[in-house]
Amino acid sequence: MLIIENIKIAFGALFSNKMRSLLTMLGIIIGIGSVIAIMTVSESLGGVVSDSFQDMGANNITVGIKKREQEESVRADGMKFGAAAGSGSIEEKDLVTDEMLTGLKQTFQDKIDAVAISENIGSCTANNGTASANILLSGINDGYFASSKITLLAGRRIKASDIEGNKRVIMISDKAAKNLFNSINENILCQKIAINYNGKYEDFYITGIYKYEENTFSSDSSSNITTAAYIPLSAAKELLHSYEGYSQFTVVTAQGTEDISLFAEEIEQYLKPYYINNEDYEISSSTMESMAESMYEMIDTISIAISFIAGISLLVGGIGVMNIMMVSITERTKEIGTRKALGARNSSIRLQFITESVILCLIGGILGIITGFILGAIAAGILGYQVAAPLPAIIFSVGFSMATGVFFGYYPANKAAKMNPVEALRYE
Amino acid sequence: MQKENKIIIELNKIVKKYYVGKPNELEILHGIDLQVYKGEFISIVGESGSGKSTLMNIIGALDKPDSGSYNLEGIDICQAKEKHLSEIRGRRIGFIFQTYNLVARTTARANVELPMLYRGLPKKERQSRAEELLELVGMKDRIWHKPEELSGGQKQRVAIARAMANNPGILLADEPTGALDSQSGRKIMDIFHRLNKEHGKTIILITHSPELASETGRIVTLCDGRIINVRRSGAAC
Repeated sequence: MLIIENIKIAFGALFSNKMRSLLTMLGIIIGIGSVIAIMTVSESLGGVVSDSFQDMGANNITVGIKKREQEESVRADGMKFGAAAGSGSIEEKDLVTDEMLTGLKQTFQDKIDAVAISENIGSCTANNGTASANILLSGINDGYFASSKITLLAGRRIKASDIEGNKRVIMISDKAAKNLFNSINENILCQKIAINYNGKYEDFYITGIYKYEENTFSSDSSSNITTAAYIPLSAAKELLHSYEGYSQFTVVTAQGTEDISLFAEEIEQYLKPYYINNEDYEISSSTMESMAESMYEMIDTISIAISFIAGISLLVGGIGVMNIMMVSITERTKEIGTRKALGARNSSIRLQFITESVILCLIGGILGIITGFILGAIAAGILGYQVAAPLPAIIFSVGFSMATGVFFGYYPANKAAKMNPVEALRYE
Repeated sequence: MQKENKIIIELNKIVKKYYVGKPNELEILHGIDLQVYKGEFISIVGESGSGKSTLMNIIGALDKPDSGSYNLEGIDICQAKEKHLSEIRGRRIGFIFQTYNLVARTTARANVELPMLYRGLPKKERQSRAEELLELVGMKDRIWHKPEELSGGQKQRVAIARAMANNPGILLADEPTGALDSQSGRKIMDIFHRLNKEHGKTIILITHSPELASETGRIVTLCDGRIINVRRSGAAC
């Protein structure tokens, strides 16, 4: 009953000093607003990351060779350092062979959908005599498109027979096709283009055109954009004069594989024997899941750190509330004396001023949440991933602003409660 | 005045000092003995600095004496705890101040409700009693007015209604007409007489005006912290 009256009194007092109340709330508004906005941005960023990883394939396991951590940094003779054990560069014996892959595929037949391998060649220019296009050339195997989804506009993909036959065929993007031929149609297929790599021209025949898709991480809209082009892995090996074997490949797991991380572990265990005698390299695997996980963790850490800084403005806001409450009780000293003369207990006076401080902070908190909503929505709009402000952040903010009110309101309220009624009544 | 010989307030050798223990220790009241009977209308007069405000604070249980004893309606005020004192102030004493001390921004009715609120009465009861009391002081048509919208005399009438809220036995009025013109002051005094006669309230009026004091049943004159004269006045009897 008394609390309802106190809330009424508090609103009356706050509304009679609108400007002062608003300015006092500003600290709380900014503090809560920025915490909510940061939480929203972090949520939105998480969404963007999650989407990107989904595009890249959440069911994929990346397996590769990794340099062994040198355990024995100082050997028994005290002379040789671990780093000197091997040459450090990858040799043919270190690479994953076709034989290993075949074995792997057979062992886990029901779990593996495809094994995708790509060999990055680098930026090149493609030329057809009249025009040129910038391409990012990679050699791929037939399983590659199981892990990287593309939309074919014309022609066909690179097939196993292209790789086995070491055929000079190439898949280019619609953008590159447009740059080279000014059009995209069936006639382009089987046209010859020259790729300039390392100062030498190599001829390739266009076998397919895929649709170039912009994503969040690369949004270059210039006409001379560099787009990916794919040639058979065998042709790439020839261009690069590289060893047989692969330093990295991607296992696309079959639908219904339950625990991707566990399967990654199994693959690692399967390939381990091949490297047991290898001093320099070992097998290591990672899943999109684990990569996304570490990314989320990073975003969370950063957003908590920034929120903490925003929290400092809440502290400053809280001190502002305390300050204004001190002013308020001084102004109302006579009222406090009167209330005491009318039978108010110390606890009633304390409750009255704490209520006022809590209401002040709560209104500030609510306005802060609205501000945070707006700021968060704008930021999420820019990131291109709309999310609602996270509910826990809202609950936390409301709770925290109330706690601020109690914490910073207690001292002034207690001061009011302990006032000597005679002196309070005499106060002018 | 109903002649009852029941003592409602009994002060014995009340001493009040300020700055106790300090070099500038100041004794304001030097052993006051005073008895007030139930239903009495008594006035305490004295010059400024005579100690009458200090005495009023002690009678009103706002302050405790340094020595002596004070018995109010059978309660030993000197031994009462703060929590108990606020209850005594709320229920047994009605304060009326020279400066009215109405709570700003709140309606007349809400002001009258205050002592009942602190006593913990339910809303409906508070409101109907407040309206009744405002009618008693002739302010029924002003229950929704805020102090800022009332004249001095009207404010003091609301303050009297507020003092009556918990139906206390004693009304303690400190220069209630001090800030009013004579006409408004007259109305206030009339209300006091009515409350004394019709409602049997014990009224203690603190004033420096001999004319107002002469309207009361007994005049206690204070000078330099001592009672120098107690005189019965025929006027109100």
